[in-house]
Amino acid sequence: MVQYTKARLDASFAALSDPTRRGVLEQLGCADASITDLAEKFHMTLTGMKKHVSVLEEAGLVTTEKVGRVRTCKLGLHGLGDEAAWIERYRQLWDARFDELDNVVEELKRKEQPGEPNRRE
Amino acid sequence: MNPTGESNPAPMKNRTTVERKSERELVVTRTFNGPARLVFEAWTKPELLKRWWAPKSTGVSLLSCEADVRVGGRYRLEFGHGASKPMAFFGRYIEVTPHSRLVWTNDESDDGAITTVTFEENDGKTLLVMHELYPSTEALDRAIAGMEGGMPETFEQLDELLITLGASMGRS
Repeated sequence: MVQYTKARLDASFAALSDPTRRGVLEQLGCADASITDLAEKFHMTLTGMKKHVSVLEEAGLVTTEKVGRVRTCKLGLHGLGDEAAWIERYRQLWDARFDELDNVVEELKRKEQPGEPNRRE
Repeated sequence: MNPTGESNPAPMKNRTTVERKSERELVVTRTFNGPARLVFEAWTKPELLKRWWAPKSTGVSLLSCEADVRVGGRYRLEFGHGASKPMAFFGRYIEVTPHSRLVWTNDESDDGAITTVTFEENDGKTLLVMHELYPSTEALDRAIAGMEGGMPETFEQLDELLITLGASMGRS
């Protein structure tokens, strides 16, 4: 698992080190696009764009699907969604909930102590 | 590991931990500075539950919250996230032991876990342990890999990444 995550991160950072590939991700964040669209947008040859897309694909940042003669690229969240990252996001979600729950518990405590001078209600 | 942070007398924020305990289990722990009966109350009264279940920082808003907290009773929580379709989470309570234990099903998909929450009071504080048992390894793997499992934060994180990327692009 740890090895796997490390390899993934290395691949992701390598993929993100190139401005064209960052541009492609940004583009795909707005809408899916074919490799031809992307090649045109970034003024590149089809072969050049294919190479960039395959680096992104290997890093799990992009997925591609061929329908007929067109290969469509979309953001693949696998690179961001590996287990460790998911668990951390899940932890953040519960941590945020529990911070709010602290407030609710504090308020219930105050309500139970009507004699306390600094209660707010 | 001691998740309670009891060695710190100052009223600092308690730590939330999440661990994949096994192929099928996730465990979330957190200590609250209050007695178990109050923490339990906050989980079992819908009007209190809805005040903390959808914190602002997650970007989702709670559209409705119903919870009939007794054995066999049902709950249903609906969330909205921007313009996207609301998501509903629902199921049934299968164990309700006041101030100490709640167990419910997650029926929105076949991959849904059985969630057990225990409230353990010690010296005026409550250690909460939330245990989620998935029906199979694949179900938990899918929950982790999947975007449909109700983790809109994932999209937000991607939005943030793209904004950062966009900003760095503009400069170069």
